[in-house]
Amino acid sequence: MSAVQEVVTAAPAIEAVPKRAMTLGTGTSLLVLALLIMVPLFVKNFIIFQMTMLLVYGLAVLALNILTGGSGQFSLGQSAFYAVGAYTSAILMEHVGMNYALTLPVAGVICFAFGFLFGQPALRLSGVYLALATFALATAMPQLLKLGYFEHWTGGVQGLVVTKPDAPETVQSVLSWFHLKMSQDMWLYYFTLAITIAIYIFSVNLLKSRSGRAFMAIRDNEIAASAMGVDVALYKTLAFGVSAGITGVAGGLGAIAVQFVAPDGYTITLAISLFLGMVVGGVGWLPGSIIGSAFIIFVPNIAEGISKGLSGAVFGVILFLVIFLVPHGARQVALVAQHLIGRFKKR
Amino acid sequence: MELFVNQILAGIATGAIYACMALAVVMIYQAIDHLNFAQGEMAMFSTFISWQLMQWGVPYWGAFLLTLILSFIGGILIERLLFKPLAKAPILTHVAGFIALFAIINSVAGLIWDFTIKQYPTPFGSAPFLGSQLISTHQAGMIGVTILLLIALYVFFQYTRFGLAMRAAASVPESARLVGVNTSWMIALGWGMAAAIGSIAGMLIAPVVFLEPNMMGGVLIYGFAAAVLGGLTSPFGAVVGGFLVGIIENLAGTYIPGVGNELKLPIALALIITVLVVKPAGLFGRPIVKRV
Repeated sequence: MSAVQEVVTAAPAIEAVPKRAMTLGTGTSLLVLALLIMVPLFVKNFIIFQMTMLLVYGLAVLALNILTGGSGQFSLGQSAFYAVGAYTSAILMEHVGMNYALTLPVAGVICFAFGFLFGQPALRLSGVYLALATFALATAMPQLLKLGYFEHWTGGVQGLVVTKPDAPETVQSVLSWFHLKMSQDMWLYYFTLAITIAIYIFSVNLLKSRSGRAFMAIRDNEIAASAMGVDVALYKTLAFGVSAGITGVAGGLGAIAVQFVAPDGYTITLAISLFLGMVVGGVGWLPGSIIGSAFIIFVPNIAEGISKGLSGAVFGVILFLVIFLVPHGARQVALVAQHLIGRFKKR
Repeated sequence: MELFVNQILAGIATGAIYACMALAVVMIYQAIDHLNFAQGEMAMFSTFISWQLMQWGVPYWGAFLLTLILSFIGGILIERLLFKPLAKAPILTHVAGFIALFAIINSVAGLIWDFTIKQYPTPFGSAPFLGSQLISTHQAGMIGVTILLLIALYVFFQYTRFGLAMRAAASVPESARLVGVNTSWMIALGWGMAAAIGSIAGMLIAPVVFLEPNMMGGVLIYGFAAAVLGGLTSPFGAVVGGFLVGIIENLAGTYIPGVGNELKLPIALALIITVLVVKPAGLFGRPIVKRV
């Protein structure tokens, strides 16, 4: 049985709410947004950095969600696209001297092309086979980055150091009227937040659009979709391209935030983390991406805190608990909560 | 020419490792229709158990047999406790489950036996085999055991009632259930057998790559490559695929300029992708026909 069919058999309980299934309500969205804007004002720089990474991984999980939740394809190779994005940004900033903000669209476009091309052979594969092919891509990527041929650009095993950008002059001068200063971390956080919001809105609209419906038609039944006139090959590769493009932007942002790129930062572990983030957040539920991202950033730390030697085991057990208790991830929790609130209001 | 022959011999020797692992991968794929990403870790854990038994003074073959039985039971237990409740869950959940299993086993093994590298004994000795410096008696023994295992599996699947029932349960579960096959237990049995075969692979590989919790990382990827090359549905293909991957890896490392040790892994991966694209069923696999 192919993955496409299995995704369908898994989904019906949730597909009953088609219009709102992909997003949060307006009120909740504004609340989350307000939180994301306000919190950094009150916390330390390190936590701001962690929140930046939360958004960066959130973007990467979101990208995977478009691919899997949207078009029903499967990828364990997102770390490869993430790495390409990160390296594109880093090389453009350090070797070409380009402005950091301008490197992101370039990273996005290059990754889009890469993903679109990789989508071509992936067209013939589904389910386990696609998982394997993308798994292979993710495992090969660090080795390829270490290659001697590219060492002049990539820095080989050593990697590249990226300079952290300051807040722009105009922002700083406006703030100085109020005797405030903006740290680099905080500036980077808001910069990332703005991009994240833009991409989130883009993704929601993409999935609501004609293309998004085509993705979902392919996910639900490929043969029926092609009978309805959907160009299956085009849309499947397009989904790969868009997903890779967004991951690339996330990778670029990640490189700027961490200030460092090295081959060993983009191993299969990263791809697996992103995949777990998607499963925990709920497949096909875009706001879940940020929850999934929080899971992959904080749960390993929590596991380490519970037991140093057994951190892997604790992580695995938590993951099993999530799978057993809420197989549809955070989306399920959100739906139950919504239901409860609805009943509460009626009383 | 001598270099060429030597490289092929060396390739066959490493190929035996991959063949063992690929056999376990195919075994579980037959039973549950998924690739078990935790397969290598399960094999590693079994190997540690046998090592511990030997430390306690059990002779090699005694430990070998005991480990086989323990792994078989362990495999069944994992299926009954963790994966049976997930039987109806989507494939994504299964993959997440395998990853969780991977993390748990790896970490527990590290805690019990720590991460230092350990010597592992071989029952075949490590003298040169038939005067060749490239294949040791251990590697020859490994090839022999792999082939024996393959024959045993073939006989089991083709000529016993259990084998027939397992094949039926894997390929058409509904019909198998209708004629009275307990499909749920067949899956558990598949897990048990895969774990036992994995433990054999682990015990044969350990003298070569040494015993430590991360010993299976690379081997599993080559095992996947071998299984895909030979066809995920064919145990025979998996073994042939294993030897082929070993040979290709060695020849590419010797003859293609620029492919040093660092590029060997990407070669296995390029092989996976090429085979999947050109001939997804593999060399000996059945093509999957889907009913519309």
